Amino acid sequence: MQDKRKERIDRGVKVRSDTIYAISSMKEIMYLIGPRMGLVLFLLALPLVLPIYWQKVVSITAVYALLAVSFGFLSSYVGLVNLGGALFVGVGGYISGLLNSAYGLPLYISIPAATLLGALFCTLVLLPCLPLRGIYFAIVSFVYPLAAVRIISATGAFGGTDGIAGLDMIGSGYGSQYFIIVTLLLVTFGVSRLVSAEDIGLIFRGVKDNEQAIKASGLNLTMYKAVAVFIGALIGSFAGAWLAHLYGWVGMSLMATDFSILPLAATVVGGTSTIYGPLVGTLLLVPISEALRDFGTLRIVFYSVAMVFFVVFWTEGLLIYIKRKYEQFERWVRV
Amino acid sequence: MNNKIILRVENVSKSFGGIKAVSGVSFELNRGEIMGVIGPNGSGKTTLNNLITGFIKKDGGKVWFNGTDITNWPEHKIADAGLTRTFQVMRPYPTLPVYKNLIPPLYSARARRSVGGKQGDRKARAIDLLEEVGFERDAQVPYKLAGSLPLGYLKRLELCRCLALRPELIVCDEIFSGLSASEIASMLPLMEKLRDHGITLIMVEHRLRELFRIANKVIVLNFGEKIAEDEPKHIFSNEKVHQAYFGGEVTYVSEDNGLFASDQ
Ligand SMILES: Nc1ncnc2c1ncn2[C@@H]1O[C@H](COP(=O)(O)OP(=O)(O)OP(=O)(O)O)[C@@H](O)[C@H]1O
Ligand SMILES: [Mg+2]
Repeated sequence: MQDKRKERIDRGVKVRSDTIYAISSMKEIMYLIGPRMGLVLFLLALPLVLPIYWQKVVSITAVYALLAVSFGFLSSYVGLVNLGGALFVGVGGYISGLLNSAYGLPLYISIPAATLLGALFCTLVLLPCLPLRGIYFAIVSFVYPLAAVRIISATGAFGGTDGIAGLDMIGSGYGSQYFIIVTLLLVTFGVSRLVSAEDIGLIFRGVKDNEQAIKASGLNLTMYKAVAVFIGALIGSFAGAWLAHLYGWVGMSLMATDFSILPLAATVVGGTSTIYGPLVGTLLLVPISEALRDFGTLRIVFYSVAMVFFVVFWTEGLLIYIKRKYEQFERWVRV
Repeated sequence: MNNKIILRVENVSKSFGGIKAVSGVSFELNRGEIMGVIGPNGSGKTTLNNLITGFIKKDGGKVWFNGTDITNWPEHKIADAGLTRTFQVMRPYPTLPVYKNLIPPLYSARARRSVGGKQGDRKARAIDLLEEVGFERDAQVPYKLAGSLPLGYLKRLELCRCLALRPELIVCDEIFSGLSASEIASMLPLMEKLRDHGITLIMVEHRLRELFRIANKVIVLNFGEKIAEDEPKHIFSNEKVHQAYFGGEVTYVSEDNGLFASDQ
């Protein structure tokens, strides 16, 4: 017999600050922007406090986080479960690498160019799969980077299995670390705004939840899917281009399955219902996985176990749990 | 082509496996009229709606809208031309305020053309539209969560989604079903208001009594075939129609026949 029940009650400060008009005190303003400020300050402080080795991890974590945000955007807000993150990374990386090595373009041109061209290329090759839904899109998108790797190794294109070495490298100083961290923050805030406050965000949601109503509203479903893929691919191609110059090398490992799977794991761990979920998930998973570096590819087991744990026992994900604790208090009441 | 005719459907057919859901249906519809589509369950009414609005591929036949052959147009292009529809199963954005449900249609190219290509204030336009179909602004109904709306409002919201496009023709799929007699009574003037604004309506309905009050003509489907087309008051004098509904000989049909009970 259960005679007690847990009751969740919104904190007064949440209730008062739910609508923008209600903000009347510094406390309420802090309540609203506090979490975001906390995240910003935390990320900005990292390069200053971490030892050298871990500073490199920061850049790599940021790259994964960008991929996770791209994945979270496409899967949670447009309904396209894109398991081909490695395609975005590879295409962005190879384009920037080629522009840099074959045409001698400097980094500050090759990276933006690769971001744009990579996104265009990825959108074009994914175009035929856009009518697919759910698991079918996931499977086909997963196959793209695998196929690309086979093609590169079989034809020896772009340096074949050796890849292209000797690219200009991004330094590991504060400048580059802050550049990638600030980019990550801007992208995350931008995507979050896009899906929650912009009108086109509502269309994306409709694409996910109610295709029929979107079509009946005179909106071209495939075109909006393509726009969303383009946005996701912009983020992913940038991440790939950045990674290429972080290593000074592009090769087939830029299309490694990790780039496709980690964003999924991070999204499951962080939670799907806000765009910050994938970000927080990555901030947790990548450093842990880095600490497990000695175990080599066994790390994938770690992702899998983390994912299974969250899927089975903690479906809402970390961020929603924290958000709930932040916004509500709980108490036991007698029934 | 005659300018009065807004929609011409010629011999459209659709089979699902062995089932002929719609077979060889033809009709013409005049601008500004209300046409009812009736028939027993599974007689192909929704399928006909899907065929006209492009939501499923036709096995055969043609559809003209405003004199243009739209037979093979994709659904969004048909909607963009001004022929839109409601869905029998409505799925609004349950966790969003009602007015936000109208943002996507107001974002469409057709809605923008209707206000001179301006982006404008979509929120304000959404709330104006909602007020027109009976969402009381003063009672804050447009700001309620769509998921919390009672069925009557959901139906109006569905209609409103179409109106956001400033359509010329709306195909309504059972917009009265599940509503109480008094709720329907309050919807009827709305439908007439739309007609008076020049919007042509096709109404797929099981609620015959109410439909017949506003319809100019009715077509009857049975097993996917059109078995009759006539004015509402004459439609049940047709032997085939009587057969389809009662499975018997024509005897006598009065207004108060059980068929016209407020919920069939
Ligand atoms: N997508 C589909 N796949 C297979 N069969 C279908 C499909 N859609 C409709 N049908 C079949 O086609 C026939 C007509 O269905 P339809 O939904 O058009 O009927 P309806 O007149 O709208 O019925 P109701 O009054 O119940 O809404 C039915 O036999 C139905 O089972
Ligand atoms: Mg139906």
